[in-house]
Amino acid sequence: MIAIETKNLTKKYKDVVAVDSLNLTVEEGELISLLGVNGAGKTTTIKMLTCLSKPTSGDAFLLGKSILSDTDEIKSFIGVSPQETAVAKGLSVLDNLKLICGAYGIDKNKSENKIQELASLLGLSKFLSKKAGKLSGGYQRRLSIAMALISEPKILFLDEPTLGLDVIARSELWDIINSLKGTVTIVLTTHYMEEAENLSDSIAIMKDGKLLIKDTADNIKAIADTDNFEKAFIKIVKGELL
Amino acid sequence: MKTLAFAKRTGKEILLDPLNLGFGLGFPIILLLLLSAIQRSIPVSLFEINHLTPGITVFGLSFITLFSATIISRDRSTSLLARLYTTPLKPINFILGYTLPIIPIAVAQTIICYLFALILGLEITVNILYAIIFVIPVTILFIALGLLFGSILNDKQVGGICGALLTNLSAWLSNTWFDLKLVGGVFEKIANLLPFVHAVDMERAILNGDFISALPHLWWVLGYAVLSLGVAIWLFLRQMKKN
Repeated sequence: MIAIETKNLTKKYKDVVAVDSLNLTVEEGELISLLGVNGAGKTTTIKMLTCLSKPTSGDAFLLGKSILSDTDEIKSFIGVSPQETAVAKGLSVLDNLKLICGAYGIDKNKSENKIQELASLLGLSKFLSKKAGKLSGGYQRRLSIAMALISEPKILFLDEPTLGLDVIARSELWDIINSLKGTVTIVLTTHYMEEAENLSDSIAIMKDGKLLIKDTADNIKAIADTDNFEKAFIKIVKGELL
Repeated sequence: MKTLAFAKRTGKEILLDPLNLGFGLGFPIILLLLLSAIQRSIPVSLFEINHLTPGITVFGLSFITLFSATIISRDRSTSLLARLYTTPLKPINFILGYTLPIIPIAVAQTIICYLFALILGLEITVNILYAIIFVIPVTILFIALGLLFGSILNDKQVGGICGALLTNLSAWLSNTWFDLKLVGGVFEKIANLLPFVHAVDMERAILNGDFISALPHLWWVLGYAVLSLGVAIWLFLRQMKKN
């Protein structure tokens, strides 16, 4: 079943076309990475798909629901971890998770179970009473992902989830993201080639708001005639194919 | 339930910040003690406890604007609001969630001020209870100003505009620190066109049991509260759409 389908999705800011007639299909359970240099349109695409921003033209369907007309339904089955950690830093980890449970109207018993389950999955159990602002960058990201997962979303958006993290924290987050694969459709944006290559079922490379290619990492390398994914990415973005 | 969840968070975040408690509670109480001490040494009718306390309680509420604006602008800058906009929370949940939890905090602040005033010699009368009740429209005015400034300013600007400018303006133009008639002229006219002096004069009249005199001031306060709340909601919704 198709989880996400965009149809000529376009976003313009005055004279700038941030996303240009994007046509993209993501299957249910797939982990897709949106890859591109700064200003490629990745975050704008996520903003439109998460109903934060309305497209200038075109539409997108999440599990068959339109981002133009079914925003309330879409908001009930998506989870979002924005580019910035987006946690209430003055509150404890537990209170942050409770806040999101409340925002989705999850009852008390279910909330408690979900909080324990996710805290265990993301290694946050011993930090539940700690202020979110006192956590390290890596653990704030974990909390951000836990907040995105607490409503049991069918589609999860992770906008640059490992940005600014050290190697160990990044590797630990990769393990967490890998453990989620197959259970939820994941759209991930990243600047890191190895992150996209290691985690994704498919990779969509964008430039200047346009989709250049969407395929598996192996196929992209084969098309670019190289064993190195970063070189393949550079060739594609620079238009050096053929 | 959604509003309650968001309101709980707003209340907790304000109460857990020691700076908020320091400014919101500590500062008005220190002023009350200090000005009462001055009054004992050099008797000034303006600083008599039944005259001073209403002014201090209204001045204390100006910090409510700072708390409210800070939390909203910080939520905007950290993308917490953007995250929450992707959840099923509706605009009304946000507006009530930012507004409702601050009302009991402001009332508690007022009660504590009056408790200190009682220690300092304020006579116990039922009018204290009415003065506390009628602080609610004043509170709504200050919360609305917080929602308004929090929707358009970043957290540094909020510190300057609400933390310095508004607290000073609401103090100077309120008839608390000095008699506006002594300054007179344009200054007094401007003060009378703004809500702060009316909030203080209303509270003073109520505390002294002169409810008839309080009424015209109440209309000023209510008018400004409704106007500020309307503009604040419009600005908040505008930034929500812009996001």
